[in-house]
Amino acid sequence: MTPPASAPASAPAYDVAGVRSQFPVLATTVRGKRLAFLDTAASAQRPLAVIEAVDRYERTSHANVHRGVYQLSQKATDAFEGAREKLRRFIGAASSREVIFTRGTTESINLVAQSWGRRLGPGDEILITWMEHHANIVPWQMLCERTGATLKVAPIDRRGELDLEAFRALLTPRTRIASFIQISNALGTVLPVREMIAAAKAVGALTLVDGAQAISHQRIDVQSLGCDFYVFSGHKLYGPTGIGVLWGREALLREMPPWQGGGDMIRTVSFSGSTWNDLPWKFEAGTPHISGAIGLGAAVDWLETIGIDAVQAHEQSLLTQATAALREIPGLRLIGEAADKGPVISFVMDGVHPHDLGTILDAEGVAVRAGHHCAMPVMAFFDVPATARASFGCYSDEADIAQLVAALRHAHEVFN
Amino acid sequence: MDLKDLYRDVILDHNKRPRNFGRLDPCDTAADGNNPLCGDQLTVTLRLEGDRVEDIRFEGRGCAISTASASLMTEAVKGMDEAAIQALYARVHDALTAAADAPPPEGLGKLAALAGVREFPARVKCASLSWHTLNAALAHRAQNAAGQGPGAGLDPTPIAAVSTE
Ligand SMILES: Cc1ncc(COP(=O)(O)O)c(C=O)c1O
Repeated sequence: MTPPASAPASAPAYDVAGVRSQFPVLATTVRGKRLAFLDTAASAQRPLAVIEAVDRYERTSHANVHRGVYQLSQKATDAFEGAREKLRRFIGAASSREVIFTRGTTESINLVAQSWGRRLGPGDEILITWMEHHANIVPWQMLCERTGATLKVAPIDRRGELDLEAFRALLTPRTRIASFIQISNALGTVLPVREMIAAAKAVGALTLVDGAQAISHQRIDVQSLGCDFYVFSGHKLYGPTGIGVLWGREALLREMPPWQGGGDMIRTVSFSGSTWNDLPWKFEAGTPHISGAIGLGAAVDWLETIGIDAVQAHEQSLLTQATAALREIPGLRLIGEAADKGPVISFVMDGVHPHDLGTILDAEGVAVRAGHHCAMPVMAFFDVPATARASFGCYSDEADIAQLVAALRHAHEVFN
Repeated sequence: MDLKDLYRDVILDHNKRPRNFGRLDPCDTAADGNNPLCGDQLTVTLRLEGDRVEDIRFEGRGCAISTASASLMTEAVKGMDEAAIQALYARVHDALTAAADAPPPEGLGKLAALAGVREFPARVKCASLSWHTLNAALAHRAQNAAGQGPGAGLDPTPIAAVSTE
């Protein structure tokens, strides 16, 4: 991603040491070595602000929400709904009725596939890309199996970029939804989502953007993006696990049937039938992850104090540095060389399996992901069983990169 | 922790130059093993004399630990009968999963080189994949033999029997 042009040239230097001091885990050691945590794309670490907000809630405000008439329940409800409002503001949604709490990206996509997807039938088409995370493939495959709809896949090229022309060509008047990642977790590619959304709109298709990898790295404004659904996970945004968001256009969410039934999502229940609660609760059956939502609210507040534009500029500069340093390592090959990338670098090393690489790096205190990154079609496309992947967050620093580079050189020595 | 405990020279050598690599054709039994998490994938083919392993080969692709383990295994089990293989596997398994500070295994010969994985629990299944696959191949043969009377031909088609995830 190009750093925002609006960042003033005189912006104060990014205080990465100050940011790091907010993350207790970064002070821990691994096998006696400094921890270089380079797996933020899988899950980000939590700052004190989040840890403490959750702790405070547990100590002083817990009760079930939307139920009790007593003060404590009101306190919990206010904190929970307050978190929803923070998330609304963070993504620029028009109304908090459009912000549905889920368990995460995966559940958000399944919700859309199962609720909105009910209207599909034979002949209808769903368009995704070759770069999708399994979470944006399998729910659609399951939907196609149930409804007789067809799943189409837009191809990518050797650099890991989407073939936008092919994507356009695969859109037809029968395309009901186009669902795609904003940033690839396996390759780092930033997709041209604005163009994709416009093209889908032109044929009357809805769009779902999987923002799991984008949400913590750049400012998101769902209204200016113009998509119909936007989904992400709290744990990739410095918040807790088990909480995430489905944003959808209110008119669309209104038309959609509930997907899970139970408490909270109903207005009335009788044996002759039940009626549904208003948005967003219509889609939130059962007791929600209250502390998770509160922790996520605290995470976006905290991120705003650092400034997401400043974080983006910092991460992009690390990406540039690390990419240059990795290119110098003998036998190392980058997988995913798109012109526009998020702070994710996938790579393989000649003669060293990614899992051996992961273990050798682990022994040096460097935490990277080694595997298929829940993107098996991407691995198949590049004809590799797996890749190693280093990814950065707001707390990543040059020492992390130096430690990674030294460990990779060591791996090359061990195996050659 | 010294990396050399995991990537001993024996392992690096067997990874680079795997022994008994390839496929026996014809064979008496075979099995495919894969570890979907890592993408490790291998096929073990066997020629048997009664229940004694007359010859064994493996092919596939995987990490150094799984490749070296398969290579070392083929060397170790050649000539053994099934009971001896099971006994050996039980000891290998113990060595792989022992506590990090347990004394080094004895009497395992070159297979003892794999014991370093005990410090890396995530890698134990890499080292055991070939053994699971060998077991599946032997079980496959036993099933075929039971289902078809004495003297009947065996179906050597590999079975996708094991997944270590
Ligand atoms: C692009 C993308 N989509 C979806 C997911 C799934 O997220 P979760 O497991 O939090 O539901 C991930 C997480 O790895 C991801 O990177």
